[in-house]
Amino acid sequence: MDVQTLTYLIVGVTFALYIGIAIWSRAGSTKEFYVAGGGVHPVMNGMATAADWMSAASFISLAGIVSFTGYDGSVYLMGWTGGYVLLALCMAPYLRKFGKFTVPDFIGDRYYSQAARTVAVICAIFICFTYIAGQMRGVGVVFSRFLEVDVETGVYIGMAVVFFYAVLGGMKGITYTQVAQYCVLIFAFMVPAIFISVMMTGHVLPQIGFGAELIDAAGNGTGVYLLDKLDGLSAELGFSQYTEGSKSMIDVFFITGALMFGTAGLPHVIVRFFTVPRVKDARISAGWALVFIAIMYTTIPALAAFSRVNMIETINGPESTGVAYETAPEWIKNWEKTGLITWDDKNDDGKIYYAKGPTNEMKIDRDIMVLATPEIANLPAWVIALVAAGGLAAALSTSAGLLLVISTSVSHDLLKKNLMPDISDKKELMFARIAAALGIVMAGYFGINPPGFVAAVVAIAFGLAASSLFPAIIMGIFSKTMNKEGAISGMVIGLLFTASYIVFFKFMNPEINNADHWFMGISPEGIGMLGMLVNFGVAFSVSKFTTAVPDDVVAMVESIRFPKGSGEAHDH
Amino acid sequence: MSFESNDKAEGYWRENLRLVLGLLVIWAAVSFGCGVLLVDVLNEFHFMGFKLGFWFAQQGAMYVFVALIFVYVVKANALDKKYNVHED
Repeated sequence: MDVQTLTYLIVGVTFALYIGIAIWSRAGSTKEFYVAGGGVHPVMNGMATAADWMSAASFISLAGIVSFTGYDGSVYLMGWTGGYVLLALCMAPYLRKFGKFTVPDFIGDRYYSQAARTVAVICAIFICFTYIAGQMRGVGVVFSRFLEVDVETGVYIGMAVVFFYAVLGGMKGITYTQVAQYCVLIFAFMVPAIFISVMMTGHVLPQIGFGAELIDAAGNGTGVYLLDKLDGLSAELGFSQYTEGSKSMIDVFFITGALMFGTAGLPHVIVRFFTVPRVKDARISAGWALVFIAIMYTTIPALAAFSRVNMIETINGPESTGVAYETAPEWIKNWEKTGLITWDDKNDDGKIYYAKGPTNEMKIDRDIMVLATPEIANLPAWVIALVAAGGLAAALSTSAGLLLVISTSVSHDLLKKNLMPDISDKKELMFARIAAALGIVMAGYFGINPPGFVAAVVAIAFGLAASSLFPAIIMGIFSKTMNKEGAISGMVIGLLFTASYIVFFKFMNPEINNADHWFMGISPEGIGMLGMLVNFGVAFSVSKFTTAVPDDVVAMVESIRFPKGSGEAHDH
Repeated sequence: MSFESNDKAEGYWRENLRLVLGLLVIWAAVSFGCGVLLVDVLNEFHFMGFKLGFWFAQQGAMYVFVALIFVYVVKANALDKKYNVHED
């Protein structure tokens, strides 16, 4: 069977599986509907959280970014895992004890103010919209390759599928569907990585093979270590050293921080810990989630290094002078159809050649790396099809989950609890649908006109979360004296500061978006960490000069600090 | 109030903060420290074929993160028992 038939088959089977589980678990559990996760083991809950978390950005784009930027890509690896430590240690247990539905619920109650709730809702909606904008590009890339259309058409198809998927609905609430999705996506990611690791280094674990010696076709050691080879190739072709990267240290520091603190402030991640049965489970769930995330995240840099070597070698050939276009490998021609690889024969020698600078003839979109890797390494067709199914599982589950958060934020938090308290259920549902549709249209627009690569767009959402919601939640738990005036001004100024810095460089003046013009050399991706410090600073200064926190709120803060007496879990 | 006295409540919170802060120091040391600030120094050393600083940034930090959460879970649960504020 050819790749395309196999892709339809495997994608079809996995979709049938998700829908089947959704129908089965819904029918069987109407009684327990209101204690979501109540009967779910923390390991399962961790797996579901991991599936929810690992989006198109993780699955499709991240290995590509690491592959093209080497050490610089570490910011995403450390940032998107390190945030879970903050979640587990500083937030999850206390928010679970608090025991209400959403992040705006916590902020509204803790800061005893409708205005604080409104600001939190606006932050949450803003963050989710930015986050989802990065997802549709990933879906588009998958569809464009496997249906052999250009990437724009791929995005339109993706929009239609996600809309259908989200409207079919409730997927998010059903933990077991996400457990299945995790299994599909981790299997799809690990299989090619293990294949390639064995082929190139003889080690089964990519995490070990990544640092090991390369072997030749007969399986004998060549005495050359993978990473040394990669550094050598990079230097030869004019790139910066793979293991050193090209970003400045301060920028790496700030981006890592923005991603870590942002992870701990993302509304759709935090809500997962509101639903577990006990405070104890909130702690351990975060641990299991990170285990399942780390399996993939420690494989990503290995896969990135393997595919970088493979890619350069297949394009430039053994002599490193390029190979003739007619004899070029099939994957290059396949991806040319999507417009994500282009070849411009500058010296008219009929050979393809990849390097940095004016001699380069290949334009290769980073987002294709994971999907193209099995083809580059000549893996069997079913592996290629499996990777497509895994990418779709990752992109669709996260998009659908985010759309549900957007629609509940708009209809429940914003309209029902704020602007129109007497709204009817029917109207509430209508607004929820409108919000979801709006989310998809916006995501589609940014999918077609991306302001950066998938992972880079998503990174902006983290900056916004780090500078707005994260400090408000942390101060709400760890300070008894932080009042509403302080928290609100902190959130507003933190968000405005970060958003305007990003808009200024990314959208208004993209031509001066470089280190010479950045404040202290901090890029828009990293500014969220500075925004967070601004938020803390403003909040503490303002709270010094305004009214004290009421006694009942102080009592509430005291009561969330220990587990005993946590009530029943709530469902969404 | 679930604690026997105010002193106990303060003691619990103080021990909890000490536990969390201690773990966060390690958290920052492996990521911001070894993975970013000290990366050039550590890259002088080799570890399983990796430059050490690069290994921390792309592998080591993540393993430590996982371990930190599990250590926290065990210690925090024990602390709850000690002060008798665990769930039934």
